[in-house]
Amino acid sequence: MSRLVVLGAGISGHTAAAFAKRWLGSDHEVVVISPLPHYNWVPSNIWVGIGLMKPKKVIVPLAPVYRRHGIIFKQGKALSIHPEGGEGEKKPFVEMEWTAEGKVGTREKVSYDYLINATGPRLKFGATPGLGPDQFTSSVCAEDHAFETSKRVDEMTERMRRGERQRIIVGTGHGSCTCQGAAFEYIVNLEFELRKRGVRDKAEILWLSNEYELGDFGMNGLHLKRGGYITPSKIFTESLFAERGIDWVKRAHVTEIQKDKLHYKTLDGGEGEEGFDFAMLIPPFSGVGLLAFDKEGKDITDKLFMKNGFLKVDANYEQKPFEEWKASDWPRTYQSPHYKNLFAVGIAFAPPHAISRPRKAPDGTPISPTPPRTGMPSATIGKAVARNVVEMIRGETDHPKHHASMAEMGAACVASAGANPFTGTAASMTVFPIIPDFEKYPEYGRDLGFTFGEIGLAGHWIKILLHHMFLYKAKMRPGWHLIPE
Amino acid sequence: MTEEKKEISPYRERAKDQGTYATKPTAWTRFMRIFFPYQLWRFLVINIKMLRMISKGHH
Ligand SMILES: Cc1cc2nc3c(=O)[nH]c(=O)nc-3n(C[C@H](O)[C@H](O)[C@H](O)COP(=O)(O)OP(=O)(O)OC[C@H]3O[C@@H](n4cnc5c(N)ncnc54)[C@H](O)[C@@H]3O)c2cc1C
Repeated sequence: MSRLVVLGAGISGHTAAAFAKRWLGSDHEVVVISPLPHYNWVPSNIWVGIGLMKPKKVIVPLAPVYRRHGIIFKQGKALSIHPEGGEGEKKPFVEMEWTAEGKVGTREKVSYDYLINATGPRLKFGATPGLGPDQFTSSVCAEDHAFETSKRVDEMTERMRRGERQRIIVGTGHGSCTCQGAAFEYIVNLEFELRKRGVRDKAEILWLSNEYELGDFGMNGLHLKRGGYITPSKIFTESLFAERGIDWVKRAHVTEIQKDKLHYKTLDGGEGEEGFDFAMLIPPFSGVGLLAFDKEGKDITDKLFMKNGFLKVDANYEQKPFEEWKASDWPRTYQSPHYKNLFAVGIAFAPPHAISRPRKAPDGTPISPTPPRTGMPSATIGKAVARNVVEMIRGETDHPKHHASMAEMGAACVASAGANPFTGTAASMTVFPIIPDFEKYPEYGRDLGFTFGEIGLAGHWIKILLHHMFLYKAKMRPGWHLIPE
Repeated sequence: MTEEKKEISPYRERAKDQGTYATKPTAWTRFMRIFFPYQLWRFLVINIKMLRMISKGHH
């Protein structure tokens, strides 16, 4: 009997564990180690953050789901990976610390035959002084953050009802942030909600981000065929903001946040400050800080992980200028180059480089988005890696045969722009491939036949449908595996 | 009280101007975005486009 251990029960890890167990049956063990008792459908946190949904609507308790399907769940956080064993253990193992009630702080060594690291991002609020829900800004990156944010929105609404003007800033809290898409969804949803609450005229809303142009989204933007033109996403994003009366500051790196004011510098070397009454800013991400040791107990963290804490996989990490980046630099199997039984999926794998062109302010401060790894690719990668591991466990192959390169797959994204079944809208977008491939598609890097986008009520219905479908899938109810990633 | 909150940043001043130069949807476009029968049709079309794209990327 072999044992697969999955670290993290988020979008990629939960998908990997669920499919691996389904394919392996009871002949082998699947163990999930994750610190929270539940799975969070992160995209719907946006709606929690404006008060439209309670946190319990976006989470699924994991223990009963895993019990039903024979997956072993250890509620705790992984601390270190020991890919060669050690400390009296012959087999590779993970050292974890329990977080479940009654066992908090207890350490355990969990041995494995195969390991998938799906630990997602660490939210690095500490990167900017004053950033984060414990300081002066709000967040929607976790459902509990989003719930606190909704309370601040309610308080702000009350002040506006009393006639006070409120200054709102939404965007990125550091020059190296990714996940602009989430902030974009939040700003347009918040604007829609304030209109619904009848207080929009009292709100001054500002978008502030590290993107070179609006609509970059960390993907170097995208181009769409529309109305006889090939139009960059900048045009659509600016249009939506102009229509909604949202101002914007781009190319900005937030340097410090105080109680009601933030300071930033810009790519052109300028400096600015903005007063605010409410700010929701995405933090930069890094890996969660797992350590690694060899069998002698020597620290090999630098060998397995990049400096940013993401696990090195089968990517080309050679440092080279933007002009020389290639689609083929991106990983295909997500296998560690050092250990054949170690993989990383979702946000946990180290990307070879950014997707957007990297840029620096005159003083050398990088101000450009790092690469996003959204839900759809994260789950697709999780499933492909699970399939490879299953085939290797069964002895059908000694190397991963299924590929899931972000340079060979597309992504569908539905960005909510206002939640109402009759008057709501969402921007529905697809891109193919996610990573531009200028060798195959010389002009825009993408296949424009498969890259499209439009705003409308239909998108909102799709967003609702996705919410219910993916929560159903996460609960592993009958037929869950038929729902596409 | 908040009426006298001061804007200090030149970037904000510039930001206020930006909307003037952006493309804006006509009333017809805005109407079609939430016109129920048309959106039912778009619902179908978008789903098909997304499924087509998903099937292209699966290995
Ligand atoms: C507000 C918001 C809105 C978004 N909207 C969209 C959207 O509309 N569409 C889209 O495609 N994407 C969206 N995304 C991105 C999407 O949520 C991510 O791509 C996705 O969650 C990444 O999956 P993951 O499994 O890598 O990480 P996560 O989903 O973050 O999961 C990581 C898991 O690892 C666990 N973990 C952390 N540390 C440890 C440890 N030490 N040991 C073990 N486990 C650990 C965590 O508790 C968690 O369970 C959004 C993101 C945000 C923040």
